[in-house]
Amino acid sequence: MTSPAQVRSFSPYPPAGGARVLSFGGYQPANVLTNDDLAAMVDTSDEWIRSRVGIVSRRVAGPDESVTDMAVVAGGKALAASGLSPADIDLVIVATCSTEGSLPNVSAVVAHRLGIVAPGAYDVNAACAGFCYALATASDSIRAGSARHVLVIGAEKMTAWIDFTDRSTCIIFADGAGAAVVAPVADGEPPGIGPVVWGSAGDLGDKITIAGRNAFLWQEGQTVFRWATTAMYPIAARACERAGVEVSDLSVFVPHQANLRIIESIARKLGVPRERLADDIVHAGNTSSASIPLALSRMAERGDLKPGSAALLLGFGAGLCYAAQVITVP
Amino acid sequence: MTDQEILAGLGEIVEEIAGVPADEVTLSKSFVEDLDIDSLSMVEIAVAAQDKFGVEIPDDQLKDLTTVQDVVSFVAKNAEGSA
Repeated sequence: MTSPAQVRSFSPYPPAGGARVLSFGGYQPANVLTNDDLAAMVDTSDEWIRSRVGIVSRRVAGPDESVTDMAVVAGGKALAASGLSPADIDLVIVATCSTEGSLPNVSAVVAHRLGIVAPGAYDVNAACAGFCYALATASDSIRAGSARHVLVIGAEKMTAWIDFTDRSTCIIFADGAGAAVVAPVADGEPPGIGPVVWGSAGDLGDKITIAGRNAFLWQEGQTVFRWATTAMYPIAARACERAGVEVSDLSVFVPHQANLRIIESIARKLGVPRERLADDIVHAGNTSSASIPLALSRMAERGDLKPGSAALLLGFGAGLCYAAQVITVP
Repeated sequence: MTDQEILAGLGEIVEEIAGVPADEVTLSKSFVEDLDIDSLSMVEIAVAAQDKFGVEIPDDQLKDLTTVQDVVSFVAKNAEGSA
């Protein structure tokens, strides 16, 4: 029930010159699923999985652990790291494609559980590209003056939609959440979130599907692999151009952690050295829209991010949808 | 483009992508059985072959090209057709 106190009196903010990321937060479930665990379930092996997708272990949510639960933890960590209070947040966006039900949306419940009173709240489904879409719309909302501080979360329980007798998918997908707090830049400062380059290829929409409520995730691996390794590096290059950043100036390239071979191929074609490629997939698996902010939060925790430097983000997945932008590392 | 030229070009591609020495890429070899090349590397080889020879090898055709001879013949046939 909504009390009168929980209705925000909306007054637009002055448009901002740009937005920036203040902080990241991440969450991985406690349960570790190793390649050897999978080899006991389906006809596969540690060597086969490492060579095909580059994953050594991944995390799986517990039966009672929901997309919302994981989003709350990651969002709460990002909020704490930002130095802002829940009252400062006026928009919550959650990118997800793996919720247990479609109503209510995740974002409103996450906001409520974090004590964020009456923010704008919506979910984004652009599959594995979802976080980059959400980050772009957060930035645009701040620039337009319709929000001041935005909590952006990618959260997924992909394993709820995986057939654990299908060795082509059960070795890849995993669960987790990542989040970022986005704020306006100070007057006169350059934007810390560059222009987004996004799009979709609906003609290939049937290549990655969850076809119904009782269906499992299915994908045509070779076609998706070909698309990702040939169509995505020009998108990433254009995002750099639009931000006015040379590829050689990037401190890190954080693509959606789809498959190590896909992202190594994209990095090679883009001209990003291997040591500047985020490879969180090795121990996190493919967590769809959570993978980019989860990778960033884990790098931030390890001290592997260089504050003030340029990072290139590239999301791509079902739809087929894609989005890329350059951000300034907080 | 002769079959020998295609074979030489294919050998370079396979060496670059899969690390198999180009001189081991001979007509009778099977990609999977003899050269230990998996399905994703085959996609990368098909993409590189398209760049090199100007012949597209779609996924639904690629699965039927199991030997080096198969790919050489496919490229030769389709390069002629489009010339």
